[in-house]
Amino acid sequence: MDNAQIKIHTKDLNLFYGDNQALKSVNIQVEEKRVTALIGPSGCGKSTFLKTLNRMNDLIPYVKIHGEIYLDNLNCYQDYDIVELRKRVGMVFQKPNPFPMSIYDNIAYGPRVHGLKAKAALHDIVERSLRKAALWEEVKDRLKHSALGLSGGQQQRLCIARVLAVEPEVVLMDEPTSALDPMATLKIEDLVQELKSNYTIIIVTHNMQQAARTSDRTAFFLHGEIVEYGATEKIFNVPKDKRTEDYITGRFG
Amino acid sequence: MPRKLRERAYKIILFASALTALLVIIMIGGFIFKEGMPVFSKYGLPQVLFGGKWQPSTQLYGLWPMIIGSIYLTVGALILGVPLGVLTAIFLAELAPKRLVALVIRPAIELLAGIPSVVYGLFGMVIVVPAIRALASKIPAYAEDPLLSSGYGIIAGSIILSIMILPTIINISEDAIRSVPAEYKEGSLALGATHWQTIYKVMIPAAGSGIIAAVILGMGRAIGETMAIIMVAGNAPIIPDSIFSSVRSLTGNIAIEMAYSSGEHTQALFATGIVLFVFIMIVNSFALRIIKRRVKNA
Amino acid sequence: MLKPRTTEKIAKFIMWVAAILTVTFLVLVLGYILLNGLPKVSWEFLTTEPEAMGAKGGIFSTIISTVIFTLVTLVMSVPVGVLAAIYLTEYMSRGPVAGVIRFGTDALAGIPSIVFGLFGFAFFVVLLKPVTGGWSLISGSLTAAIMILPTIIRTTEEAIKAVPVSYREGSYALGATKWQTVSRTVLPSALPGIITGVILGIGRAVGETAALLLTLGGSLFIPLSLTEPASTMSMHLYKVAMEVGAMDMAFATASVLIISVLLINTGANVILSGLKRRTTA
Repeated sequence: MDNAQIKIHTKDLNLFYGDNQALKSVNIQVEEKRVTALIGPSGCGKSTFLKTLNRMNDLIPYVKIHGEIYLDNLNCYQDYDIVELRKRVGMVFQKPNPFPMSIYDNIAYGPRVHGLKAKAALHDIVERSLRKAALWEEVKDRLKHSALGLSGGQQQRLCIARVLAVEPEVVLMDEPTSALDPMATLKIEDLVQELKSNYTIIIVTHNMQQAARTSDRTAFFLHGEIVEYGATEKIFNVPKDKRTEDYITGRFG
Repeated sequence: MPRKLRERAYKIILFASALTALLVIIMIGGFIFKEGMPVFSKYGLPQVLFGGKWQPSTQLYGLWPMIIGSIYLTVGALILGVPLGVLTAIFLAELAPKRLVALVIRPAIELLAGIPSVVYGLFGMVIVVPAIRALASKIPAYAEDPLLSSGYGIIAGSIILSIMILPTIINISEDAIRSVPAEYKEGSLALGATHWQTIYKVMIPAAGSGIIAAVILGMGRAIGETMAIIMVAGNAPIIPDSIFSSVRSLTGNIAIEMAYSSGEHTQALFATGIVLFVFIMIVNSFALRIIKRRVKNA
Repeated sequence: MLKPRTTEKIAKFIMWVAAILTVTFLVLVLGYILLNGLPKVSWEFLTTEPEAMGAKGGIFSTIISTVIFTLVTLVMSVPVGVLAAIYLTEYMSRGPVAGVIRFGTDALAGIPSIVFGLFGFAFFVVLLKPVTGGWSLISGSLTAAIMILPTIIRTTEEAIKAVPVSYREGSYALGATKWQTVSRTVLPSALPGIITGVILGIGRAVGETAALLLTLGGSLFIPLSLTEPASTMSMHLYKVAMEVGAMDMAFATASVLIISVLLINTGANVILSGLKRRTTA
């Protein structure tokens, strides 16, 4: 585990909503092809942090960001075109958000907006992405049906497949199972395990067991700061900070 | 009066008030059909609907020129007004700086909607019509014919109508675009689509039925408009063969001739009203159905 | 094939152009008419009566007629519209009867004004002539009243629906009857919305012309009773421009009309923001 490459790292990242400081000097190094979990109570800044990584916060007015974020040692806010950055850093949202179009068109959307037109290649990508997201067997006979007809768990796997179709290097997941039932949740967790051999995954979760089950490394956020960051089994078994211990044993949050 | 009785009395008054609108629409339909039907039954439905000549002095009551006229004017207004209106709506919902919208554009659209149609007509008479007259005089084939070279006609009418339907199209399309769930937009942007790709591949399709409803309602306004049209369209009851041609709408037919008509002529104008009434009911019921379906799906 | 970035730039440029065009149209229409009309609007123009069908003189009688016509129209449509909206929201918001009534309201809202004119002519002017005096202020006002009825009903309905359920619960919990709850709790809270509807109605009444050509009569004298014919500013503007051909007078009348609409809109906004401050403070 020590030989892992650093995929993303931040330097003194501060984020303000107007006068409200949501992130305070966040420094973190995210390893390549590992699952990193971000945990912490509601409003601790973990989702906000996740969204700075593919610049989704740019959509919100009055957000000010100081400090630096690097993807492969290039500054996310200066060295990348925003479209190029989002291509390389995909995101899965809390609530499944398939577009109101067919399953096929949902998956093909990303490749299409990036200029792919050839039918055969598109078909290939759709099948490959759906297979990777463990959804192919369930939907292969109804690719032309509306994606809104799928169950919640299927919709979320569709959204994961949609991200994979763009061939990203990093996949951000913002509480991807919070709207799903336990069975669907387990399927997504299995999927995360399979995906980590090819992708760097950062997952925000409220669910302590989920973080313990799925991640290699865990960062504990509190009031916009990282309290503790390290190997998951260490964080959960021998936390160094009293606040981490209180949180993972359910004493607050 | 005991309390229970009083509550009942209030309820009856309220019910009667609520019935008024329904009653009125039935009466409007009833009166117009009663006054206009005799012409249809005397001369035959096809003769009146598809007859090419409107000459009340010789009992020729063909409404076809006016039906075609209304269609031309409405289509012209939509060709000019829909792209402009929908683009402005997207601009307002997605691009415009908030302060610019609040301080300039929104009040401008509100005002545009509040200006009486006669004012638009006046503007058309003194600005649009002379400009088109200047243009038509350059076309040798048109210069001699007053029905083609006066500047009054389809183009002038369509231009003025298109400005008048802008507020309807803008407001309803903007609402539709704004009601597209933010998740769709986020999802698309997160895949690396540009803002414009997100707008036209995800948001416009998702807002589609709302935009169509906006267009249909704008169409309803254009078909029903009277004053601005009669001030700029020339009003000749002929089937136009050029977009420079003078033209008369169904609404204009009624407004222009009602003042001096009598007897069967008046009935023929009510018959024009029947055609207009049916036209509008069809168009608006389409719009209503689309809007209702949107509400149900949301 | 253009790059997505280039397409985006072009698309955004086109949208800016569209929005600028929309605003330009407004500026053009208003600017041209006010520039040509305002210089002729004087105290004298506003306070003398029209001469020679409006080719000379002022527009005093049409201002008076417009005010009376608008007031009478409101008096007849606002109470009915508000009561109808109360029924449709508080007493019967569902069911087939409400559905049919709503259909009627929706249908009425889409009817062109010239068709209202035809109806007003057949019903108020011809059939009810002994009561209305034929072409008259009351015939015109009744016609306009049914025209603006859907506007009043709809805006009031929206306003009533926006009143929180907790207000009603609070009132019922104190033992108030339904009507007491509606009249003392719901209606006062919905007042700003109702006023918006009334303002929209005023705007339509002031601007209406087509229906009035068939019902109001067009006399340029000040009406001494509701059964006398009259002419509003909009109607006068049409006749002066189209029949008399006195464009300078038309511009001046149009300017007065535009300023009136502006004043009504501004006045409404002032009242509304005042009301909102009072209810939220």
